[in-house]
Amino acid sequence: MLDRSKIVGSPVSRIDGPLKVTGAAKYAAEHFEPGMLFGHVALATIAAGRILAIDTRAAERLQGVVKIYTHENRPKAAYRDSKWKDAVALPGHPFRPLENDRVLFDGQPVAFVVAETPEAARDAAGLIHVHYAAETPNTHIVAEQHNSYEPPVARMKQFLPPPPRGDAEAAFAAAPHKVSADYVLPGEHHNPMELFAATVRFEDEGRLTIQDKTQGSQNSRDYVCGVFGLDPDKVIVKNDFVGGAFGQALRPKHHLFLAVMASLDLSRSMKVEMTRREMFYLSWRPSCVQTVSLAADDEGYLQAVLHHAVHTTSRHEDYQENVANWSGLAYKCDNVKISYELVKLDLATPGDMRAPGAASGVAALETAMDELACEVGIDPLELRVRNFVHRDQNQDKAITSKALHACYREGAERFGWVARSPTPRSMRDGNDLVGWGMAGGIWEAMMSKGEAKVRLSADGHVTVSAAASDIGTGTYTILGQLAAEVFDCPIDAVTVDIGRSNLPKTGVEGGSWTAATTGSAVQAAAKAVVKTLLGHAQSMENSPLAEASEEQVEISEGRLVLEANHQVGTAIADIMAAAGLDAVEEQAKVGPDILSMRRYAAYSHSAVFVEVKIDEELGVVRVTRVVSAVAAGRILNAKTARSQILGGVVMGIGMALHEEGLIDHRTGRIMNHNLAEYHVPAHADIHDIDVIFVEEQDQRASPIGVKGLGEIGIVGVAAAVSNAIFHATGKRIRNLPITIDKILESEAVQ
Amino acid sequence: MAGIAVSTTINGDQAEFLCHPDETLLEVLRERLGLMGVKEGCGTGDCGACSIILDDRLVCSCLVLGAEAEGRRIATVEGMAQGDKLHPLQQKFLEHAALQCGICTPGFLIAAKDLLAKNPDPTEEEIRFGLAGNLCRCTGYDKIVRAVQDAASVMRGA
Ligand code: FES
Ligand code: FES
Repeated sequence: MLDRSKIVGSPVSRIDGPLKVTGAAKYAAEHFEPGMLFGHVALATIAAGRILAIDTRAAERLQGVVKIYTHENRPKAAYRDSKWKDAVALPGHPFRPLENDRVLFDGQPVAFVVAETPEAARDAAGLIHVHYAAETPNTHIVAEQHNSYEPPVARMKQFLPPPPRGDAEAAFAAAPHKVSADYVLPGEHHNPMELFAATVRFEDEGRLTIQDKTQGSQNSRDYVCGVFGLDPDKVIVKNDFVGGAFGQALRPKHHLFLAVMASLDLSRSMKVEMTRREMFYLSWRPSCVQTVSLAADDEGYLQAVLHHAVHTTSRHEDYQENVANWSGLAYKCDNVKISYELVKLDLATPGDMRAPGAASGVAALETAMDELACEVGIDPLELRVRNFVHRDQNQDKAITSKALHACYREGAERFGWVARSPTPRSMRDGNDLVGWGMAGGIWEAMMSKGEAKVRLSADGHVTVSAAASDIGTGTYTILGQLAAEVFDCPIDAVTVDIGRSNLPKTGVEGGSWTAATTGSAVQAAAKAVVKTLLGHAQSMENSPLAEASEEQVEISEGRLVLEANHQVGTAIADIMAAAGLDAVEEQAKVGPDILSMRRYAAYSHSAVFVEVKIDEELGVVRVTRVVSAVAAGRILNAKTARSQILGGVVMGIGMALHEEGLIDHRTGRIMNHNLAEYHVPAHADIHDIDVIFVEEQDQRASPIGVKGLGEIGIVGVAAAVSNAIFHATGKRIRNLPITIDKILESEAVQ
Repeated sequence: MAGIAVSTTINGDQAEFLCHPDETLLEVLRERLGLMGVKEGCGTGDCGACSIILDDRLVCSCLVLGAEAEGRRIATVEGMAQGDKLHPLQQKFLEHAALQCGICTPGFLIAAKDLLAKNPDPTEEEIRFGLAGNLCRCTGYDKIVRAVQDAASVMRGA
């Protein structure tokens, strides 16, 4: 028999892997439809103003051009905003491509060319001349922060600041040790390596099958049905393979709208692929300005926490994320004041990017904690240990589990933290200054509503289906593992059918909730199959399982048996034969446990330790070592889990050292809209990274004990790098990314 | 269609195609020949997803014109496995979880194949620099280094 405990939790290689290493896995742009047309978008070259005229004559003359759409001839789409709101929509007015003459941001689509070949469409788009009445754009958050406002409509209740507790201002004034500073973070761009694309197959009777780059096939389907008034039964959206997304593909993008619009208008199949540049004008991590003030007593116990955060949103929508609330719950403190506001700028609406809010807010908080440790004169790890809290003070709720002490302990041990000399600039390696820094990370463990179907055939084959997405996270594999565990079969006996909108209902893949949600649904459906099987077994004459309850049986080696005595049981094939069935199929629905949520809050936690080496003369920073110790409940697959954390750590290093959307504020235009000038970490930037999963049991966070791993890996990393740079150089740099010029120009504090 | 007639060898097989003078080799491979294993991440030579080996040189196919392939040999990821038998690099990428979303993977495999052809026993540093032209946003790179090291030792043994 297979050792059950070895299926789930073990480092099974991803089951979609062979298709990916051979080039056989097909992504949204890689589907071919006979007679299909190609679309290309022309982008605005101003950030604010109006379109006076669009001259498409030269473009129309180009051979192969079929039609050019602008706001003047765009086919009708839904009138009411509510029809344009997708599952992740924000308060405000959703963006409508080619709606009118208004330009709201640089790079906004202003025309759409459809042609017989991709080259003709692209060339024609370049021949379109747009005359604008440009207005002066405001794109600088620091300059505009005085115009900030509290969002009048909350995107989600939990993004609103908790009510203040105690008297933070008075406690701050009275405390013996305090720090207060502003932290400025630039906008960041997700840059998944796959370009956004949609291939639309136009079929008879108005049926559409759409391959879309999305984190939620049902979200894309519902959006196009809402906007174009289509029958949801006639539209299928597929996303079998998604080339990374990190939040950028949560909301439907203009490529989907334009591809479907042209397909319906011309009754032809369509393909639209964005350019890399175009992807810089879509949801992005908003630039933000934060003020964090912390105060402590002589022993380092926190006396006051004040965190004020302001981030960018667009003119037309109020994007919101939870930036600052973490400061009220990460550590024990009775005097807390958190405030959160938005600034409207002439930029595209920001969107969720890996650990939205936490990546930015915790970067500020954890840098401030490091500053406080210096101020009090204690070790930064010890400061955090002293302020540990096992309660969510923001919501006044118990916490389901928090193995953060183990993260501190095991992380510090693996890193060798005890050998750290506390004084900045006191550690060296030849010409290099060496710095050791650390930070904590936190992310909400979420579970949403989801459904899944599981089918067990008489020959032992299992099929799992749900409209879930695998954006590189390993969804295929973990769902297969969970089913294999219940049916005691090898993972090759399981077919995982996901990535299609006409499968059991699943929310978008984001916020690290897929494993907990769809995973729990698969487990529940698989158990329902076992229960049904038991019912059939008990209708057999002289059934050895006649008296057994569903809790007492399990499947072992193709038989339904008593858990306590595997000798007693019946072969699955015999049960199905007796019942005249060739398969048993059940569907299950799961959701968060509302009762438990009233009393408990669930979070994943981490401790990140970083070593940097900095060339003293050149200011070049190398992150030579990272240890990330994570407490995230049960680990379903050690391989895909580690991968999630490594990817998060590397994106965190990018946030600390490289990534910055550069805007020319005179024109409001993004200057570095390509991968040559928007720097993401490359191979040679990355050195040793070690991931530790500490033991954590938590049945409250989700029925399968999982807390999710997509986000926690990045949280705290930027602060840990920044703190290590301070330790190496004595320079505290509070605006990310920490580039060479900032290191060379700033003064050491001592 | 009027166009330039090009004859090449792709993954060992003779291949002929017609293309426009302004079409990149990446577009030809993907759109005309259906070799979708050659990925596109930027079209401007910045990401390495479109890596192929042209004669004996690793190139970004988005920076080469289709017409330039005349008389040359092209190797893409589709030619790496022999039937069902994966190339050691493919096998090791799977084992070391050196891929997640997989969109960068074919480019990495081809770049690594080229690296190992020229340097069968690279150091970690040589691998990191050798593959620095390929971007990956998911894996964090480390596992790719391990996979290449491991594949290199298998290939040396073979
Ligand atoms: S597509 Fe050629 S380098 Fe990115
Ligand atoms: S695996 Fe997704 S970009 Fe490399």
